[in-house]
Parts: sequence; C-alpha cells; structure tokens
Amino acid sequence: MSTTETAHSSTESDASGLDYEETQLTLAPPGASRSDPERKRGLSDDDLPSDSSQGASIKPPQSKAQVVGWPPVRSFRRNALKSFTYVKVAVDGAPYLRKVDLEAYAGYQQLLTALEEMFSCFTARNYPNERRLVDPVSGAEYVPTYEDKDGDWMLVGDVPWKMFVASCKRLRLMKISEAINLAPRAPQGCTKEQ
Amino acid sequence: MTYFPDEVVEHIFDFLSSHRDRNNVSTVCKAWYLVEQLSRLRVFVGNCYAVRPERVMARFPGMKCLTVKGKPHFADFNLVPHDWGGDALPWIETAARCCPGLEELRLKRMVVSDESLELLARAFPNFKSLVLISCEGFSTDGLAEIATHCRGLRELDLQENEVEDHGRQWLSCFPDSCTSLVSLNFACLKGEVNTSALERLVARCQNLRCLKLNRAISIESLIKILARAPNLVELGTGSFTADHRTEAYQNLLNAFYKCNSIRNLSGFWDAAPRYLQAIYSICSSLTVLNLSYAPAIQVNDLIKMIRHCFKLQKLWVLDSIGDKGLAAVACACKELQELRVFPSDVYGTGIAAVTEEGLVAISSGCPKLNSLLYFCHQMTNAALITVAKNCPHFTRFRLCILDPVKPDPISNEPLDEGFGAIVKSCKDLKRLSLSGLLTDKVFLYIGMYASRLEMLSIAFAGESDKGMVYVLNGCKNLKKLEIRDSPFGDAALLENVGKYETMRSLWMSSCDVTQGGCKALAAKMPRLNVEVINEREESDEMVENPSDMHRVEKMYVYRTLTGPRDDAPDFVWTF
Repeated sequence: MSTTETAHSSTESDASGLDYEETQLTLAPPGASRSDPERKRGLSDDDLPSDSSQGASIKPPQSKAQVVGWPPVRSFRRNALKSFTYVKVAVDGAPYLRKVDLEAYAGYQQLLTALEEMFSCFTARNYPNERRLVDPVSGAEYVPTYEDKDGDWMLVGDVPWKMFVASCKRLRLMKISEAINLAPRAPQGCTKEQ
Repeated sequence: MTYFPDEVVEHIFDFLSSHRDRNNVSTVCKAWYLVEQLSRLRVFVGNCYAVRPERVMARFPGMKCLTVKGKPHFADFNLVPHDWGGDALPWIETAARCCPGLEELRLKRMVVSDESLELLARAFPNFKSLVLISCEGFSTDGLAEIATHCRGLRELDLQENEVEDHGRQWLSCFPDSCTSLVSLNFACLKGEVNTSALERLVARCQNLRCLKLNRAISIESLIKILARAPNLVELGTGSFTADHRTEAYQNLLNAFYKCNSIRNLSGFWDAAPRYLQAIYSICSSLTVLNLSYAPAIQVNDLIKMIRHCFKLQKLWVLDSIGDKGLAAVACACKELQELRVFPSDVYGTGIAAVTEEGLVAISSGCPKLNSLLYFCHQMTNAALITVAKNCPHFTRFRLCILDPVKPDPISNEPLDEGFGAIVKSCKDLKRLSLSGLLTDKVFLYIGMYASRLEMLSIAFAGESDKGMVYVLNGCKNLKKLEIRDSPFGDAALLENVGKYETMRSLWMSSCDVTQGGCKALAAKMPRLNVEVINEREESDEMVENPSDMHRVEKMYVYRTLTGPRDDAPDFVWTF
C-alpha cells in the first residue's frame, strides 16, 4: 500500500548532478543561508507517532517553524485580524494610556509582568485568589480589570486566557478602593453570570 | 461567414459574454476577427506583462470596460517582494490617450498610485465604475480625486486593499450633485470617515444598493445610514458595536426591520452578541453572509443566527465556528454553494477548531456545494472520499491543512487517495489547492482525471520530478500552476516546455530548479519571460555571479508578446 515516503527517499534529484543535501528542502524563510545542513521537511506535530517513518534526517524543531507565507492567508486578512488584540491600558492616576497586544502573551502571568514593566513603578503581588499590582512608594494597590465586549467591567483572571483575549476591549488598573464595586471573589465561589 | 452582414455577426457576438468565447471566434477568420475586435466592449488582461496596453487598445478601440491583473497569486502571501512591479499607471495613461470613453476599470494585485487615481478621475468623462482588489500604493487622497472629479460615478468598490490613511475628508469630496452611486465599498479603510457626509451622500443616492462600511463606523451611525437607505441589497455593517452604552438595540432592530431587500451581509468587526439578534429578521432572506472578519462572535451565537439562514448560498466564516457550528450550517443551509472557513488563529498554535468532521457534515447536508476554501487542522482520506461522493459538483476545491505535511492522522498515510477521489469525482473542477502529506501519486491522479483543471496550487508536496511532469502532461486546460517548497527540479521544468505557452503562468519557489534550468527554458522558448527573483542577503558571496548550478529561490514564467519587461527592478532577472 502507499507508504509515508517523503522527499528524503527521492533519488531522482541525482539526475541533475546535485548531491542529496543540496536538494533537501528547508522550511526556513527565503534568503536563509544555503549552507545550512539542517534541512527539515516536516514541522513538529504532537500527533505524529514517535516511530513515524518520516525519515531519520528530520530534526523536529523546538517550536512550530514560522514559514513565510504559511498558512496562505492574505496579508490584509492577517493584519485585520491581528489588530483585534491591541487594547488600551489605563492606570488610575497616570496621565497617559498605553497599548498592549494581548496576543503577544501566553497567559495572565506574562501579561501582568509586562504591565508591571510598563508602569514600572509597580511590583506584582500575588494574593491567593487574585493578582494585584502595588506602587511601592505610596503603598496603593491596583487591581487589574478589563472591559469586555458587552461593556461590563470584569476582574482579570477569571476566565480562561484565550477567552479573555477574545473578549477584552480595554484594561484598567483600578485603585483598590474603587474596585470594591466589582464582585468580590469569595473563596466559596459566588454565583456569577458566565 | 460571408452570408451575414457585419452587423448581424456583431449582434450574434453580443451574446458571447465570456472573453474566452470572443477570443475563440476572433480566430475563425479575418472577417470575424475584424468584427469582433471593433465590437468588443469588455476586455480582460490576465497578466499585465503579457501584452502592452497600446496593443490592447489599438485592437479594441471600442473598449468600455478593462480588467487587468498584476502580481502573481503568491504575492498575497508575502512571497513576492514589495516593488516587484504591476504598476497600473501605464494602463491608465494609455487608456487616457487611446480610449477616453472608458467607463469601468477593474484592477487586481496591482500597484495604484494616487497619481494614477488622479489621472483616472480626470481623463474619462464617462467613467462609472472602479473596482480595486488587493491593490496597494494609494491613499485616501487618491480616493478624494475620484470622488471629486468622477461625475456620474456609479461604483467604487475597494476590496482588501492596503490604503494609506491621509484623513477622513475624501468622502466629503463627493459633490452635492452626486446622486448616481449604486455601490460603495470602503470596508478595507482603516481610518475614520466623515459620518455626516456619509449620511448625506447615502440619502441623496437613491439608487444605492451596495454599501460596505469600515470598522470605524459604529452602530449609531449604521442606524442613521440604514434609515436613509432602506433599499440596500448588500450591506457591510461596520464595527457593529456601540460607541456608548446607549440602548441602541431597539433602534437597530427597527432599522433592520425596514430593510427588506438585504441579501448580502458582511462586516461585524467587533460584533457584540446582543446586537446580533437584531438581524435575525433579515437572516431568512440572506444569500450571502461573510463573518470572516468577526472573531468576536462566539459559536453559540453563530449557530443561533445560522438557523435562520435557510436561503444562504455563500458563507464565509472563521474556524472558530468549529465542527459543531458546521454541523448546524449543514442542517440549516441546504442551498449552500460556497463555503470558506478561514483560520482565526493564523499562527496555528491554538486549539483545533475545525477538522475533517465539519467538512463531511457540510458535504452531506449541502449537496449543491461547488466552491470550498477550508483551513483545518487535519484531514483524512476517508473524509475526502466521502466528500467527493457527496459533492461531485465542485468547481473550486481548496484545502489548507495548517501543518502542511500532515498525513492522515488515522492511517498515517499521505492524502493522495483522498485528493484522487476529489479529482476523479468532480469532473468540472477548475481550481484545486492541495495540502497535507502528498507523494507523486496525487499528481498522477490529477494528470489523469483533472481534465478541466485551470489552476493548481501546490505546497510542500510530491517526491520527485515525476509529480510535476504528470501535471504538465495531463492537465490539458491548465492555465496557472503555482508551486512552493516541493522537490521539482530542472528535469521537470524542461520536460514539456511547449506547455507553458498554453498557460498564463508558472510560479516555482523553494523548489529544486537551478539557474541553468531557467536559462535553458528561456533559450528554448523565446516567447516566455523567465523571471528569477533574487533576494540576496548582504553576506551572501554568491551575489555577483551565481553559477548555473545555483538553485533559484523564486521563478516566475509567463507567456508574453512584449519580451522582457522594461520596469523590472534590479532583483528581477529575466533570462
């Protein structure tokens, strides 16, 4: 039956007089060094069984290789969808706002670290049920909150990260005194509309 | 042929709408050639470098509508350097001299400067329609020229162009006397527009049937616009989100209630679920629905909406719809002909959104399906075989598995048999894009069965030159072949050189073709332009004089009457 032979088993390339390494394909972007011996045909894929016969010369890359022009999505579309993830960040008392690209972070921790760096006077402090940022000079505590697509102000951290990225319109670091009005996260778990 | 006077022959030719048919009749005899050339009104140029504008306009002096396409298709995916070419100015300049009666211009993948638009606006007194698709190089200043000077403009249709924003005043440039607009699409513009000018424009253009707003337009503005244009047939909604926490919902509901003619809906850039409900009343008349720029819409809201859309013929969505959502589409949309499922997570790192299951469900629920673009995480041969059986009417079939060399996850085999089933079953297939793990066998099938195929896109596929040769020898109607990252080399390239004169173009990038192969092709076929794109790093010592053994990174071959082009940048070498 059909096999999982790939380009690595090709011998026809010998016809042009080039040796095997020369004709291997790389997934590197164009302009990458030709002398690069690490030619890979396949991308890493968790679904592939470990004894896949895709050829011993494939070294699975550490992360999914960023291939130029793949997947084949028009630049216009790529850029249009990308712009969805930039949100404004306001801090109570600060004179100007910043903007962050939520898609640049893998999760809440990275986001808060970035906010901490951005408004560099703060240090992060982890409370058991929520995250807060503290201004070491005044001791004032700030709670990260966000406005969702419905226009409601929510506490950062309740929903799964991807859901948050999809629904967050803007961020606000709210002074703790103002944050009283947000539903407190009682340890028993109050009923909240999902 | 001599039995009929010219007027009668010309009248018969009027019934031929396809440019291909007109091309064919013009080759029958000299008399027909002459009648046809004088009576052709709509001219199509598939490759702007295949022929000079002067020659086109000398042949068709009565031209009223001109369509020109520029860059190769893979330019859409950043594979063609920015200043490669495709300038629209020579076409517009020549038309201004030779065909001042021009009424319509359609350009795709071309570079259009503000200077070109200004010339266009002033040179053609009867100009009625401008359609720009995937173009770049112009700003809102150019649009202001069009708005100001094109008296009697009926259509301004901007689809997915990169437009520089120089301010919102262009829309105000439509004079108060302009009442002729039928179609206005500025959905791709990034900047603000003057909304009160827009509302006044819409109010005075009573024949307006198509209006596609950009993301800057809020629901509040949309409501006012709909009130002034209740006869719209096509609507792009703008952001579909409210500026303030106003209770816009009821007003929106009322506005849509009055719009009985809407058949085509798109936009929804930031759509909030509660506003989506306002359109349920028109869903049952919709034939076209484009939600592919609406990542904020959640699956369950989508499903609720889709259930009403039983007349839908064309649906574009994001893959966040999931297999579950596609099953709902399959249940509700029995008239569906075209489906496009785009990736919402372009870097492919997210959770699996749609798989082969969604496609199988669609194929079994929607027997009229003939056009598909499907980005998914995996596909199986069994699923493709089922789809081929359920939907034998495909004319366009484009599958994109996000991991481009992924085999059938169940059998771990290549997808040769699955695609083989598609080409065997779909005898009218004109366009095909392959992905997944594929050997030479799939190309054997394509060469054998895909006799009506006109465009084939190949990426990361095949094992040897044989694959490409099967296609070149087999697909007798092939017009465009584009290949990337596949092991096809000089032997395949040179196997059937005459074939390229029957095709519009061949693109090969990151394949095994060498400079020597390109030179050989160019030497054998003087009526082809064999262009090699050389993007060189500073450090690359081969920059001055690459040997013939050197692999070319990007090659674009096309038939032409003009010889090497005179506007090629220095990184493009024509052999």
